Amino acid sequence: MKYREALRAALQEEMERDATVFCVGEGIGERGGSYKVTEGLLAQFGPGRVIDTPLSEAGFVGLGAGAAIAGQRPVVEILFIDFLLQAMDQVVNQAAKYRFMSGGEGRVPLVVRTQGGTGNSLAGQHSQSLEALYYHVPGLKVVMPATPRDAKGLLKSAIRDDDPVIFIEHKLLYMTDGEVPAEDYLIPLGQADIKRSGSDVTLVAWSHMVVKSLQAAELLAAEGISTEVIDLRTLVPMDVDCVLDSVRRTGRLVIAQEAIKRGGVGSDVAAIVAERAFDHLRAPIVRVAGWNTTIPFNLGLEKASVPQVDDIVAGVRSVVQSGAAAGT
Amino acid sequence: MSEIGADLLLSMYEMTETIRRFEQQAIAQYRLGNIRGYFHPYLGEEAIAVGAMAAIEPDDYIVSTHRGHGHALAKGHEPRRMMAELFGKESGYCRGRGGSMHVASRSVRNLGANGIVGGGLAIAAGAALAIKQREGPEVVVAFCSDGSSANGIWHESMNLAAIWDLPVIFVLENNQYAVSTPIRDSARVEHLSQRAAGYGMPGVTVDGNDAAIVYGAMQEPLRRARAGEGPSLVECLTYRHGGHHVNDPGLYLPPEELQRWKAHDPLIVLRARLARAGVDEAAITLIDERVERLIDEAVEFATASPNPSVEDFLAEVATL
Ligand SMILES: Cc1ncc(C[n+]2csc(CCOP(=O)(O)OP(=O)(O)O)c2C)c(N)n1
Ligand SMILES: [Mg+2]
Repeated sequence: MKYREALRAALQEEMERDATVFCVGEGIGERGGSYKVTEGLLAQFGPGRVIDTPLSEAGFVGLGAGAAIAGQRPVVEILFIDFLLQAMDQVVNQAAKYRFMSGGEGRVPLVVRTQGGTGNSLAGQHSQSLEALYYHVPGLKVVMPATPRDAKGLLKSAIRDDDPVIFIEHKLLYMTDGEVPAEDYLIPLGQADIKRSGSDVTLVAWSHMVVKSLQAAELLAAEGISTEVIDLRTLVPMDVDCVLDSVRRTGRLVIAQEAIKRGGVGSDVAAIVAERAFDHLRAPIVRVAGWNTTIPFNLGLEKASVPQVDDIVAGVRSVVQSGAAAGT
Repeated sequence: MSEIGADLLLSMYEMTETIRRFEQQAIAQYRLGNIRGYFHPYLGEEAIAVGAMAAIEPDDYIVSTHRGHGHALAKGHEPRRMMAELFGKESGYCRGRGGSMHVASRSVRNLGANGIVGGGLAIAAGAALAIKQREGPEVVVAFCSDGSSANGIWHESMNLAAIWDLPVIFVLENNQYAVSTPIRDSARVEHLSQRAAGYGMPGVTVDGNDAAIVYGAMQEPLRRARAGEGPSLVECLTYRHGGHHVNDPGLYLPPEELQRWKAHDPLIVLRARLARAGVDEAAITLIDERVERLIDEAVEFATASPNPSVEDFLAEVATL
């Protein structure tokens, strides 16, 4: 099943299961959304639950929060995470804080489905990886699935969750294929997944970087380097124990993220491991991340601006080599 | 509009034809894989950029939109460097870093196309504030779309421009769709120009497929703006000749509606005006041939231009 079909199946199942679940966004009805995730939902659930909006992002994200507070379970689609910035106040000041500021009584079971990343020469305002902005804000959960199976199980959990969830898809993943269980299943938020076991080095990634990390691990295996690839799947809550446990076994950590390095989630992963597993590290932690730049339009520059498989391979190699030099 | 002479009609015709050819050739290059990314053609809407730009001075500013090739060309961007930008080449207006949705140039006072719908509107008001502070004679023409009129920034920008009497003219290109969503599903007013009243500025709705009418509709807003009397809204009705972007077949456009607007093509409208003004076919053919060469040369230039250097780029950005 394709990633986008898995997302659609999650929406469909949750809408069938729970009448309070509805979808709202630009061109999600008849057109089925830019990446065709919501195709067919209008026909099944009607315009009352699959709602097309004008280009009023701040408005309909806030409206989603309001409907959620009042007991519905809205899934708001924002075509590009770059446009979600228009609704920053609604997300950060309204949805994220509502539960806490109401003394814990309020609930905001809102899901904002959006999409980011490079890969299609869409330039500076359609290619960003902005997860760190949302990662930073208390009260939000942040989910970034890499496979169809995870996409479906996590979206279902996100919809059932009582807190606002920023659910970030990647434009290069929609057409990827993968196994999806036939039976009903959920993947809990806050559970990382070891996508490949290894013993020499821990490689942490999320979203499309998981795909590249697995390719890198394959190349590294041919050189005799055994890489454990951990897919965080949800950034908030983060499965810190899974990462720490792996690092305690391998003694080395590389983090691969598409977002720019400065202030990224990878920096936080590095800090957490440095604080809690420093004694197990046999080499300095390495972050393989995007350069500090607006994403360029030109394809060659775009590729150079974010980590490619070769960069991840080089990053892993460097820690294995520096680890060996440090000696044990 | 009887005062519009043959010379102005001819120059507007030449620019309309330039935009038309540019878009057609660029789409052909897209199909060949030489242009990538998002590309929103201005086909069918050329009269708005042409009429508005014919009415302003070279020193006036514009802000553009995601559907901005026509604005840029009419404002004086060279087709060859525009084409090179669409190709992502170093010789393009943004050195291949911006692409179709971000074409900008200080030299012609195009403050930029935008990938964010409505993203240029506050920029326009801000540029107008700068002009006012410097007591300059210029104005800002803010091109915007029907879709943007649903966005908060459209309303905030209009209100700010109005309360401070800023020299900006909002030119709303109402092509009646935002991707596949018809404007009637996004607004309860019959004409978007009615909203101008809510901000205390004049608003009109005109035929956006007739460059001469657009040119005429700009006159009073320009007078007002230059006299320090504040902004205006000019809504231009138009229609796309196809899908939202080059990969959208636009199947949701009702065929009879599309046909009706195609019969009212900006080029057809201008040719009829030229005929009425007594301009003979030969003069038009001459222009068509000149434009064809210009655009062919633009494609050759873009094709022959080098890509930006990855090494130089990394040297710029590899700081942290
Ligand atoms: C704030 C924002 N929301 C959504 C988009 C995605 N998008 C790009 S163009 C477009 C439709 C725009 O329609 P309209 O504003 O009428 O301009 P037109 O394309 O018709 O010229 C949409 C939804 C965007 N670029 N920016
Ligand atoms: Mg439109």
